[in-house]
Formats: sequence, structure tokens, C-alpha cells
Amino acid sequence: MDAFWIILAGSLVAIPCGLLGCYLILRKMAMIGDAISHAVLPGIVIAFFVSGSREPVSMLLGAGILGILTTFLIEFFHTKARLQTDAAIGVTFTWLFALGVILISVFAGQVDLDQDCVLYGEIAYVPIDLWITDSGRIMGPRVIYIMGMVFLVVLCFILIGYKELFLTTFDPAFASATGISVALWHYLLMGAVSFTTVGAFESVGAILVVAFLIVPPATAYLLTEDFKKMMLITALLGLVISFCGYYLAVWLDGSIAGAMSVVAGLIFGVVFLLHVVGSRLPAAGRA
Amino acid sequence: MEHLLDFLSLSDPNVRYVVIGSILLAASSAIVGTFTLLKKKALVGDAVAHSVLPGVCLAFLLSGVKNPLYLIIGAFATGWLSLVLIDYITHKSKIKEDTAIGLILSVFFGIGILMLTVIQKSGNAAQSGLDHFLFGQAASLIGKDLIVFSSIAVILIAAIWLFFKEFALIAFDENFAHSIGFPVRALELVLTTLTVLAVVAGIQAIGVVLMAAMLITPAAAARFWTDKLKVMIWLAAGLGAFSGLVGAYISYVAPAMPTGPWIVMVISIIAVLSFFLAPRKGILFRFFTQRKFQNQMLEENILKLFYQLGETEGSYYQSRSMAEIIARRPFQIARLKKGLKNLYKQGFLKTSAKGWAYTRAGKRKGQRITKLHRLWELYLTEYLRIAPDHVHEDAETIEHIITPELERRLEEKLRFPTLDPHQSEIPYRKL
Repeated sequence: MDAFWIILAGSLVAIPCGLLGCYLILRKMAMIGDAISHAVLPGIVIAFFVSGSREPVSMLLGAGILGILTTFLIEFFHTKARLQTDAAIGVTFTWLFALGVILISVFAGQVDLDQDCVLYGEIAYVPIDLWITDSGRIMGPRVIYIMGMVFLVVLCFILIGYKELFLTTFDPAFASATGISVALWHYLLMGAVSFTTVGAFESVGAILVVAFLIVPPATAYLLTEDFKKMMLITALLGLVISFCGYYLAVWLDGSIAGAMSVVAGLIFGVVFLLHVVGSRLPAAGRA
Repeated sequence: MEHLLDFLSLSDPNVRYVVIGSILLAASSAIVGTFTLLKKKALVGDAVAHSVLPGVCLAFLLSGVKNPLYLIIGAFATGWLSLVLIDYITHKSKIKEDTAIGLILSVFFGIGILMLTVIQKSGNAAQSGLDHFLFGQAASLIGKDLIVFSSIAVILIAAIWLFFKEFALIAFDENFAHSIGFPVRALELVLTTLTVLAVVAGIQAIGVVLMAAMLITPAAAARFWTDKLKVMIWLAAGLGAFSGLVGAYISYVAPAMPTGPWIVMVISIIAVLSFFLAPRKGILFRFFTQRKFQNQMLEENILKLFYQLGETEGSYYQSRSMAEIIARRPFQIARLKKGLKNLYKQGFLKTSAKGWAYTRAGKRKGQRITKLHRLWELYLTEYLRIAPDHVHEDAETIEHIITPELERRLEEKLRFPTLDPHQSEIPYRKL
């Protein structure tokens, strides 16, 4: 039963991350996703400190605000100070992440957060961390509810905004000509990324979220040119990665989140090699 | 205060190691980072920083001891491999560089975390402290580490000094370097190697997650204060060293405070202040210059309007109300009020119960702007063959920029014309 809960939690992280990641890599914003996943840390710590518990609503709120702030700061340094984009991203997220780590040390002893859990989460504790109602009924693992909610919200966001997201990603000029606000959807997408990052924070840690955001979509991107198929493959990869990752971690007795990103990397490696070999063969045939 | 003196006297050998170590590491990575930043590879530094983790763990797994030299060799190997892979992925497929960076970064980091957790559970007592590589632990620097790290710092500085001209060239104009026969690929390889070395040296103090900041943040801050590469390098090194010192001091006073994040905090604050305050490039400076120019344009437009009104009615020195002005050209009321007030202060307009009127100086200036506008319109139609109904917008902007020298050139080129393309008179100052 433990295995089931952990794999379910992993899939519930991997699928929404992957779906949002499809947009990120096509918009050439993969590193902004990386930046957000680091930069939400101070938001989480402050929310943690203010609410005094792992109460999900304030954590999602705190990190959501920081995520939007990060995007805004990067944009601001880039346009107002004319700092090159890569430096704007690099300076902003390391600064906020350092702030988060310092805050953890300041509140050490007052909050139940440590640096390691920031890095690779505690997905192994998912089955133990139960949601127990006031009347004492056991409702099952708490993280499953949080990630289930995040999953649904992200799914609804993509289903409702599919057309707008699609257009602003592939043809921003046409989108704004037809009256779709490119900036609004940009910030909505960034908000969704921060929201998912926080939800995933407890289970896989702030940094390994990046593996789920980027690796499955990049793999799917090599396999198809059809955007809908790309999202479908990404979602399937999320399931496979969670499943294999869990058993790899059990076998090696190591971090589950780490093992999941290793599996993701392996799958990408295989697909990439096939892609390289495959793109060479027809060329040889023609010659 | 006592703390500070104690700290600065470096009488405690442990403090000495930490301080010298932090300063050396921060300064040498800032020097290499200057080139990383100029080559727009800031995020590549981040990828290398994350990718050294599996190397460190692998070296430990193979050797079973925490010898800094082995760990550095391991870190160097995977850091380097990550760069090669990023390059390979972007060249061999349609995957963009940023995606490749994020992909390699997270997968290598995941491998590192998996290995680290496996090592931690293996029960090998020597492993304690290996996780310091994650966030850095400058406080744990000992004499042996210091020797290794300072030799790396010396190598870095010597290499930059030796190849300074070559690196400067490939940082600013790679194509030119290529065309005059520089071995660009080889030089880039050297630079990449130096970046990896800087990262490898720094992780002990700063940690893999924040190492990217040590490379690029001092350089980004220094970039705002100067355009000279040599000055920029010295400045970046100085800022890096300063933040290293402050970070070490903070964790000396409050041992619970992590050194690495504080070093990054200090340098980031310096960088953000630079973004705002630096002369010429800073946000505030830019903002004020822009506002100054907007005000100048507004004032000149008002004076021009007074001239045009005077022209139609034949009386230049008549008083005009705000309503009259707005009827001719829709200024925003608040802006118009401000412009009129400024012009009054500068002595171009005088005020009475009936409104505002030219002074002599005001008329002279309004007349000149009108003249420039019409001269430019004529120049565009005569020399660039632009239709007369298309030239107004362009003249509207250029009239605020033309200098007296250009004005004279225009007059001569057009042979002191009297009428503009719309048959309005071009007003010259009566001699």
C-alpha cells in the first residue's frame, strides 16, 4: 500500500509539472521554470512561519506571490536595467533562494523545515503523513489531497485556457491581434508553475521539480510534432517515471525523488540516442 | 565591535582559514565569471554547479575517503561532462539551449542526490560532511583544503592573466577572432575548463545550489559601473572578495548562520543597488534622464505652439489662456500646467490675469523650434523624396535633437529656403 501511495503522489506531481513544462520549453522559458522553483523558497518559509504549520492554503499563497514576483523581477531587471536575460534570471533566483535558506536558519527550531527537504523532499513520508479529521477519521495521506487539488487546478487551467495558451505560445503576434492579452497569459502560466512547484515542494523538493518540469516534455518533444500528442506522451512518461523511480530507489535504498529524475534522464537518453541514430539513417539512405 | 576586531586580527587560525578561503574563492570565481557573463553563459554556470554533485559522490564512493583532491577531480569530470552534453544535445536535436541546460542540470543533480542518499545510508563514517557540498560550509574549511583551493585560485588568475587578450576578443567579437586565425574552439575550451574549475573550487564554501551566483552576480554588478574590461574584472573581484569577507564575518558572529547563502545575499544586495544607482546605466539615472528629456520636449512644444498661434493671428506677444492652448493641441492639463510653470521659472513666459505670454527669449526659442521643424520637413521632401504629408511626425521628434551645428548645415544644404513643403514660412532670426 505504501508503494501505491508514493507512486500516486509522484504521478500527481509529474503530470501537472510535465503539462506546464510543455509550454515552458516551447516558449524558451525552461530556465524561468527553474528560477521559479528555486525562488519560491522564501515564500514557503515565511508562510510556514506565519501560519505555524504546513497549512497548504497559506503556503500556496506565499509561494504563488513569490513566483509572480520572481517573473516580475526578472522582467524588470531585463527591461529597466537592460541586464541580459540569462544574468537577470541567474541573479534573481540565487538571491531569493539564498534569502530562503537564511530564513530557514533564522527560524530554525521554530519551524519544522530543513535544508535537505528543500532539495529532495520527503516523498517517502507520504504514507505516514495522514490527514486526520477533527472527529478522528483517517482520510488517507495528506499530500495526495494537496497534489490532487493542484492536479485538478492545473488540468482545469489548461483545458479552459487551451486556445489562449496555445496561441500565445506559438504565435504571440496573432494572439494579441485577436485580442488575447499575451502578458496576462504569461503571468497566469507563471502563477500556475509556482503553484505547482509549491504543491510538489513537500514531496519532491524545490529543485527536483525542475526535472519533472523539463525532462518529460523535452523527451516528448523529440518524439512528436503534434502538440496534443506531446502533452499526452508527457503525461504517460510521468506515470512511467514515478513507477520505475520508486522501485529503483527501493532497490538502491536512496532518495526516491532523486531516483525518479535519474529514470527521467535515462528515458531521455535512450530517446535522444534513437533520435540521433534515426535522423542519420534516412540521410544515409538518400545518399 | 570587539567581535569585529577579533575577527579582523585573524588571530584564531580557524578564522584565518575561513576568511582567506572565502575571499580567495569569491574573488577568483568573480574573475572567471566576468567572462562567463560577457559570453552570455550565466546559466551554463548554474548547470555546471549542479552537475559537480554526482562527481563528488562518485569520487567518494570509489576512494572511500574525503580527500579534497579526489573530490575535486570527480567534480571536475562530471562538471565538464555536463557542458559537453549540453553542447551535444543542442547541436544534434531541435532542443533549445535553455531546455538542454535545465535538463542536464536537473538530471545530474538528481543522480547526485540519489548517490548522496545511498552513501548516507551506507554507514560509512567518513561520509559526514559530504552534504556540505549542497549549501557550502566555509566554516569547515581546514588547512589542507585551503592549500588545494588557493592553488586553484592561483591557476585561474594566472590563466586569465596569460590569455587576457584572447579571452577579451572571444568574449566581444567571436567572429572577428575566428577570421584573424585565433583558435576560437580551443580558447573556448580553456575558458570552459576555467569555469568548471572555479565552480569546483567554490562549492566547498558556497554549495552547488548557489555557486552560479558567485560566478555571475559580482560581474553583473561590476558591469553597471564601467565599460572597461580590466576595471570590470578588478571591480568584480573586489566585490566578490568583500562579500566573502562579510559572509565569513556573519557566520563568525552567529555560528548558526550559513556562510554561503550570506555571501550570496551580500553580493546580490550590492548587485541590485548597482542596478538602481549606477551612473549612466542604472535604473534611477535612466529614469531621471528620460524625465528630463520628456520635460524638455513638452516645454519646447509649448513654446512652438505659442509661435504658431502668434503666426496665425499676427501678434506674438499676446496672452493666451490654457483653454486656447488646448484647443490648438490636446496637451494633458496636468502636464501643460507643469510645463508652463517651468517655462515661467526659466524666463521664457510671463504670466498675467489673462494667461501666459512670450518673453523675448521665449519667442526666440519658439521661433527656432518652429524653424527646425520646417527645415527638417523640407529636407526630408527634398533629399529623401518623402511625400509632404508623411514628414510631420518625423520632424516632431527630430526638432528637439538638432544642434546649432546641424541647424547651420541644414540651412546651407537647403540654401536658406523660405517656405516649407506645406507652404508655411520658415522663420529666420532678423539680424
